[in-house]
Amino acid sequence: MFQIFNTFLNGITAGSIYALMGISIVLVWRSTRVVNFAQAGMALLSTYIGYEVIQQLGSYWLALPLAMISGALVAAFIELVFMRLLLKHSSQGAIAGIAPIIATLGLLGVIKSLIGFIWGNQDVSIESPLSNVGFSMGSQTLALSPMKLFILGAVSILLISLTFLFQKTNLGLALRASAYAPEISRLAGIRVDLVRTSGWALAGAAGGAAGMLQTANGNGALAPDSLEFSLLLAFGFIAAVIGGLDSLLGAVLGALLLGLVLAFVLTYVGGSLVFITAFILLLVVLIVRPAGIISQRAGRRA
Amino acid sequence: MHKFKATNFSRFVGFVILGFFLVYLSNTVDELRVYQGATVAMYVIAISSIILLTGYSGQVSLGHGALLAVGGYGAALLRNNFNAPVWLCFVGAVLLAAVWGALLGVTAARLSGPYLAGTTLALAVGLPSIANQFKFLGGEQGLIFEIGLPPASLGEMFSLYKWFFWIAALTALISMWWLQNLLRSRYGRTWRAVRTQSVAAELAGINIARSKILAFTISAGLAGLAGALLSMTISTVSPGAFPLTLSFALATGAVLSGINTLGGVIIGAVTLVAIPDIADAIAHRIGASENVTTNLPGLMVSGLLIVTVLFIPNGPVEQHRARKARHHAVLTSTKK
Repeated sequence: MFQIFNTFLNGITAGSIYALMGISIVLVWRSTRVVNFAQAGMALLSTYIGYEVIQQLGSYWLALPLAMISGALVAAFIELVFMRLLLKHSSQGAIAGIAPIIATLGLLGVIKSLIGFIWGNQDVSIESPLSNVGFSMGSQTLALSPMKLFILGAVSILLISLTFLFQKTNLGLALRASAYAPEISRLAGIRVDLVRTSGWALAGAAGGAAGMLQTANGNGALAPDSLEFSLLLAFGFIAAVIGGLDSLLGAVLGALLLGLVLAFVLTYVGGSLVFITAFILLLVVLIVRPAGIISQRAGRRA
Repeated sequence: MHKFKATNFSRFVGFVILGFFLVYLSNTVDELRVYQGATVAMYVIAISSIILLTGYSGQVSLGHGALLAVGGYGAALLRNNFNAPVWLCFVGAVLLAAVWGALLGVTAARLSGPYLAGTTLALAVGLPSIANQFKFLGGEQGLIFEIGLPPASLGEMFSLYKWFFWIAALTALISMWWLQNLLRSRYGRTWRAVRTQSVAAELAGINIARSKILAFTISAGLAGLAGALLSMTISTVSPGAFPLTLSFALATGAVLSGINTLGGVIIGAVTLVAIPDIADAIAHRIGASENVTTNLPGLMVSGLLIVTVLFIPNGPVEQHRARKARHHAVLTSTKK
């Protein structure tokens, strides 16, 4: 019984980090209709920048916001100089449908190599700023440490502020409008291109936060080819698709579901089946509810 | 002016001549190049499986590494458990991967673009790790896959690498000959019709789902064959031999070759094999640090991929054809 509860807690914590990653995939999809496979690479880059800040200034609390800001800047830069060029150039021929996918893959490779150039391929490590030892309850240890508590709190705050931004501000309205009907938004005076760039920037910031939190939640090791970031790459996407790719709330729910399922598989079945479980979960959702768990629209023939 | 028109027969003769040329080549270059040649042949098959799937049938796969793994494990299991002859191992690899491909294809036919890309990506991450769970797949170390020494009739000086190359090159030649025939057939036309105008194709009576599933099945079979060849050249199959980067490299190779031109496939295959060497030479020349040396190949592959997508999105062969067509149009208009 106690183990079930602990597994549940682990799943929620992992899921909340996947939620940030899922959200960044959704934000980019909504603003440019591109699934950004480079998102994990961008998150990795911001995490490395956070690591550098910790090296120089010695504070995780300063590194986290700086990683998010740099993530936003990197993402905005990529959208400005790269994606616009791409969407202009490769819109004809057999390649048109897959050009964005291939290009973001290339971007992922470039970012990883650049990280390797600067920081090398060996593990570097980020010390967890709070204790990773769980609170004890009687003779048992709860799978809830100060660090996990912080992660849950930080993700909640980020999600609430994103919701506020989307529902209550002009930028949020512009983001929703230009995702929904770019031509009409343009006629209504919204600078759609600029709005797209801000969508990317928001996604970059969310990715940066996901990277910093994921690293501190794990063993603190950070490397260009680390498993943790393959996890973010694959699971962020899966979470976003489970949620329907278009819905922020869906991505969060999808991520929590994914985190929970995987935590239970990890505890009760075996670590090596985690990835394939995620794949099967994705397949089941795609077959049973092709438009995502909370969406009503049908059909996936984009 | 008499224009040379390629016929079925002349293409076949072309392949045979190419085969003899490769045999001659394998006798003149050194061991390392022969080994790289075997890898090129493997990539030719793997990349053409992606070109078939993406360029002709219009489906994306970022997970072909997983299908290569299926083929590799299939071949190794046949070899180790039943002591099957090598050719049978390859046939088994093709069939096993094709079955997986058919199952995947059923799902894939319902998805499009980014959904399919992501699903196959998740497969590429997930499938190889299954081997850790089941004992008969050998865990992290994987399985041994040895095809044995070259037959004694080829002489004592005949090296194992040359034997690898002969097998791989012959397999590649046969597959390419078969594939280019297939793409010229009814099936190839159907796939292209579905890709370019799916609604019109449906109206013309083509069963879109069936055509897509067939493409996925054949593509997976080819990928399985490539996986068996890959396992042959490294003598083992393990989850580590089929990382996510392999799937990405294959996608890269397909784009470099030109996603809808089978003829360009050699460009992508040679590039993938040559880049580590070129990067090494560059790093050596400029006296780069260790960080740069290890990451330069990755940067070059990815950089090349981006440049290709941005500037010659449909590949060098197609680009050349388009230019020639334009040139031709200009010539004929000035003659008038």
